[in-house]
Amino acid sequence: MKQNTFSYKVKQYLMFAGPGTILFLAAVGVPFIYGLYLTLTSWDGISATKAFVGFQNFAAAMKDTAYWQAMGRTVIYSVFAVVLINIVAFALAYLVTSGVKGQNFFRAGFFVPNLIGGIVLGYVWKFVFNRAFVAIGSAISSGTAPSLLSTPNGAMFCLILVSVWQYAGYMMLIYVAGFMSVSKDVKEAAMIDGCTSAQAMRNVTIPLMRSSFVQCIFLSITRCFVVYDVNLSLTNGEPFGSSVMAAMHVYNQAFTYKNYGLGQAEALILFIVCAIVGVTQVMVGKKGEVEA
Amino acid sequence: MTENEKAARQKKISHVIMWIVLLILFICFILPFILVVINVFKTKADITMNPLALIGAHGFTFKNFPEAMKKMNFLTVFGNSFIITLSATILTIVFSSMMAFVIVRNGKWKLCTLMFSLMVASMVIPFQVLMVPLVSVYGGLLGVLNHRITLILLHVGFSVSMAVFMFHGAIKTNIPLELEEAATIDGCSRWQTYWKIVFPLLKPTVATVAIINAMAYWNDYLLPSLVLTKKELYTIPIATQAFYGTYSTDIGLVMAALLLAMLPILILYVFLQRYIVEGVTSGAVKG
Repeated sequence: MKQNTFSYKVKQYLMFAGPGTILFLAAVGVPFIYGLYLTLTSWDGISATKAFVGFQNFAAAMKDTAYWQAMGRTVIYSVFAVVLINIVAFALAYLVTSGVKGQNFFRAGFFVPNLIGGIVLGYVWKFVFNRAFVAIGSAISSGTAPSLLSTPNGAMFCLILVSVWQYAGYMMLIYVAGFMSVSKDVKEAAMIDGCTSAQAMRNVTIPLMRSSFVQCIFLSITRCFVVYDVNLSLTNGEPFGSSVMAAMHVYNQAFTYKNYGLGQAEALILFIVCAIVGVTQVMVGKKGEVEA
Repeated sequence: MTENEKAARQKKISHVIMWIVLLILFICFILPFILVVINVFKTKADITMNPLALIGAHGFTFKNFPEAMKKMNFLTVFGNSFIITLSATILTIVFSSMMAFVIVRNGKWKLCTLMFSLMVASMVIPFQVLMVPLVSVYGGLLGVLNHRITLILLHVGFSVSMAVFMFHGAIKTNIPLELEEAATIDGCSRWQTYWKIVFPLLKPTVATVAIINAMAYWNDYLLPSLVLTKKELYTIPIATQAFYGTYSTDIGLVMAALLLAMLPILILYVFLQRYIVEGVTSGAVKG
């Protein structure tokens, strides 16, 4: 039959999947492979020849203290941000599914920060931190209060705060879907058996929502690890380069200092670290999943 | 008071408390936007003096808007963002739904399984790993940067895997094979079957994919900033960043520029709020 011939298959595939395949390979496939090759060269972005240097870039990346400092900072930032994002998102989801008046309005409202790009959000908050908070601080302390963004710890705090504000509404939607998926009967059965509503929440609802937790934590980890837009607009690495996150370091290494090979090697390490953390979390999380 | 009445009363009180907590949280969430809105109608001196006052000492001013619009080249920038977002979204939907169709219906072809697993695996790759080679291939080797079409096609290429994954699920679970067989018996080619029978049934997924990707394209900064470096090609996020770099001291203008950057999507949200929230939820839960 003609449907089994090789040429029929190829034609069918190309007709339907041709453009998608080509664009996918052009945007992801080719750069990924080419990127692996770049890590083995010492390209400066301008010269026509790319000198082959073997694994020197990885050795240099291992010794790049600024990179590992940025990585350590990213880990600290991610831990705080991920925990807070999920606590806030879960609390919001609980509140907007409790049946109070106008819960859809609130749901829509908490989602608003996700509509706007990180660059614009960063500048909005920069104004809030540098002007509005300073004005409040000055009024209280009757002097000129310094901006939170002017100290290293303050800048880190600001980045975490903005990230929590930015992502909580998105994760809230996933938790809301989780709450909806737990049927009322199960909870009612627990209450009849003598659970208080707090106990029912802890022992029935939350275990049944485990997959929502796994998913939200995975999403927030993978987003926080490669934070760039907000970092660029809110702090731009200031003060004194104390808030440069790993992604920004990679960008600067490649495009500002023109160490393309080294930058690419560092990007690859960032990806591997992020992937290991994300996959471990999903595996640990999935292990204890229960079904109703 | 009976037990029931007591419980009902307690429930009511707890609802009121929850409502007040929600309201306070809600105000905290939108406070930054409110601050931008009240300051956009003030002069630079008034903002510096008191950014919290509702109305500045010099009264209302509308001067910030037209000036920011002119300096940001807002109409051009808005047009760029609009064209890029619209065309990339349409192409993503068309190409990835077709690709998902051929993959689902020919699960035994090695090429299909290979591509599908490649795409699923590629979803964990962060953009940072691809940006350097991207610039060196498309800038250095091919020299095709600084064209809108390059950005559009790259946008599609980056989101095609996620979109194929979502359409894959939708076709597999929602489209009965019998329907397609009936169409074939009635004389439809595969192409006609797809466009006349399958695609119209995919509407909910099309909406989800469209919303998620359109928002991502509209707000993306890093990829556009690497591809488009000419001022007349800027999209809204790049233009905002460039504007802030030049006029950061003129805070009244900055306020106007930020509001201009946010306004289009906020207006759209007012009308499409339900669809956006639903689309994002179903996209997030499936993805």
